[in-house]
Amino acid sequence: MDLGSINPILLVASIMVSATPILLAAIGEMVVEKSGVLNLGVEGMMITGAVVGFAVAVNTGSPVLGFAAAALASAVLSLSFGVLTQVFLSNQVATGLGLTLVGLGLSALIGKPYEGMKSPTLPKLDIPLLGDLPVLGRMLFSHDIMVYLSLALVAAVWAFLKFTRAGLILRAVGESHDAAHALGYKVVRIRLMAIFFGGACAGLGGAYLSLVRVPQWTEGMTAGAGWIALAIVVFASWRAGRVLIGAYLFGGVTVLQLNLQAAGARVPVELLSTSPYLITILVLVLISARGIHGAPACLGRPFHASS
Amino acid sequence: MADPLLRLRGLTKAYPGVIANDDVSFDIGTGEIHALLGENGAGKSTLVKMIYGLVAPDRGEMRMNGAPFAPPRPSAARSAGVAMVFQHFSLFDALDVAENVALGMEDPPKPRDLARQIREVSENYGLPLDPSRLVGTLSAGERQRVEIIRCLLQDPRLLIMDEPTSVLTPQEVEILFETLRKLKSEGTSILYISHKLEEIRSLCDTATILRLGKKVDTCTPAEKSARELAEMMVGASFATPEARAHDPGAVILSVSNLSLPAPGAFGTPLRDITFELRAGEVLGLGGVAGNGQDELLAALSGERLAPAGTIRLDGQDISRANPVARRDAGLLSAPEERLGHAAAPNMSLIENGVLTAARREGLVSNGLISWPKARAFAEKVIAQFDVRTPGPGTAARALSGGNLQKFVIGREILQRPRVLVVNQPTWGVDAAAAAAIRQALLDLAAEGAAILCISQDLDELMQISDRFGALNEGRLSTIHPVAGLSIEKIGLMMGGAHDMEVAHVAE
Repeated sequence: MDLGSINPILLVASIMVSATPILLAAIGEMVVEKSGVLNLGVEGMMITGAVVGFAVAVNTGSPVLGFAAAALASAVLSLSFGVLTQVFLSNQVATGLGLTLVGLGLSALIGKPYEGMKSPTLPKLDIPLLGDLPVLGRMLFSHDIMVYLSLALVAAVWAFLKFTRAGLILRAVGESHDAAHALGYKVVRIRLMAIFFGGACAGLGGAYLSLVRVPQWTEGMTAGAGWIALAIVVFASWRAGRVLIGAYLFGGVTVLQLNLQAAGARVPVELLSTSPYLITILVLVLISARGIHGAPACLGRPFHASS
Repeated sequence: MADPLLRLRGLTKAYPGVIANDDVSFDIGTGEIHALLGENGAGKSTLVKMIYGLVAPDRGEMRMNGAPFAPPRPSAARSAGVAMVFQHFSLFDALDVAENVALGMEDPPKPRDLARQIREVSENYGLPLDPSRLVGTLSAGERQRVEIIRCLLQDPRLLIMDEPTSVLTPQEVEILFETLRKLKSEGTSILYISHKLEEIRSLCDTATILRLGKKVDTCTPAEKSARELAEMMVGASFATPEARAHDPGAVILSVSNLSLPAPGAFGTPLRDITFELRAGEVLGLGGVAGNGQDELLAALSGERLAPAGTIRLDGQDISRANPVARRDAGLLSAPEERLGHAAAPNMSLIENGVLTAARREGLVSNGLISWPKARAFAEKVIAQFDVRTPGPGTAARALSGGNLQKFVIGREILQRPRVLVVNQPTWGVDAAAAAAIRQALLDLAAEGAAILCISQDLDELMQISDRFGALNEGRLSTIHPVAGLSIEKIGLMMGGAHDMEVAHVAE
């Protein structure tokens, strides 16, 4: 095998691109779970975002509009989950799985006319000074806007949960909905807002796949990214910083194994293809094995304001 | 008291099938400690929820200082000067003290200022508390301080306290009463919900007694005897458990040097616990909640296996035996948490009966459940323990706390245990049902069973136990005969100061 064919600059640059969709979906799901709701429909919301974003971008010629439409579509879809589980008290696990099935089916239907087309994609940013740095410029500072937005989102979510009163209330609702209700907080409304935000994030992640990463539409193109996002939230112990680590690790191993395959490594292709999933889970298990796990105490428990 | 702080007139609230409050009227004066007395289901909590804005009354009106008062939600009640210390469900274990306090305030200051204010108030009122501690690591008394400080930071005009002393040591109760008297002298009114009559007689200026949603009377509790108050509450006189001759038999259960690490981040380790339990005796174990009660019960019932050689039943080492084997050998237990631990909430009483009685009562043959026998067993429990339920097919969660407790205890007693371990057998149970449960435990002991009763109700332990010990941070104090124990001595045993005293005497 020829390791020399792997260009480290391109490798790092493509890791950032490949991690972004999972990062977006995972940070959104983390907020949802912090509020005490387990939404297993991330995969369905991502692929809905992917197809809606693609269709709108192709028809309008504007990838930015595509992203906006994707976020809105997935958020509305997630709201159906929210209404079912929070208002009608349906089972969160079953409803979330249903949401994934609906998303996969719906996206195949919408996406049929768009197969084989190419969409307009986001331009690479031309950041003055930083982008001109010799190695780092290509590696870190010449990506499209969504890469940086996703990183900013992680920082924003971290600060929101740690420093703001709204973030404290959100955590409190996820920790004990009965206590929060007794103090007069609107548990259902707060959870619906969290679900809406999580849906929008998953939609952005999906649209990033179909508009930037690939960029074209194929049925089932998320290929389990939503499930990986869910797993990353758990293994990251519901912490924003660790979600970032998890997403970049998964993205990193994915890109690396593709490069190794291309370089003709003497390892079975099947093993290489499974390696991102295995390594991500292994590393995050090791991280979370120490210390407290920090699952919100009311995660997945139905809330009914019985008086 | 010319113009009362809060005037309630004709408050009525009905839920489907039950009238929780029926035409309730009384006044709470400024700077008055007003007791609200009643059994479970008498309508105390519904009444309080209306004052706190969690529930809207169907009829009737409230006036605060003469002006109409109808808070649509708790935040409105809080801004009107009503603060509430809840019995449960209002603290967040995974958040720290300051965050918990901030969540209960309308307009909290910056975190640093808040921490300073918490320190100030806690020193002013003699309630020491560290703002940065995680609430999950606090004792029950400290958790209550968090709630009280949360209320005090908002300068309330009316402070509602829901059963505040049920989890406190006698010393902590004294501290709390000092705080409440200080608040009263500053002009704050207090609505004090309890069913501990002696407390109410020593602390409260006025008492309103509710029974089945209706007001029975408003009186001055210091002028009534505890017996009179209790009879107004219950409506009929109830039997106090009989004292009986204590004639201990042979040692049945012996626990020696039992140590177990804490089961989780918020649990308590058991440290070197040693005691013996004889046939026909009741051993009462007191102590503030969270000092190893649940862990001791789990180690005895077999939910957690103990180190070999630490637990012996009739001389047989059962420390490594599982719960089923221990039940077969005659060691039965009833844990504190009724729903979810002692009983499965969504299963019927028949099914819940099968869950623990299947083998001892022969309800299962060849791996198949005999439903007629199971039904007969559940009906027997219901009949003998006066469990009020539409029938044995009713789901456990549909029963009131007291009735489910009677079922859970009765289910174990009817299996003729050799040793019965109970935790909080009458917690949250009204006086008549509590008396029935205690009598059943005493009868069981009289028939030769050994009973370990873990409870936080000292009156109860004094009433039924032959010997008394206290748990403190997972350690067991020396065990004393109940006769001759003073409340001060019990408080010291519960506070863990007892060992020092022993060491002192030994010198």
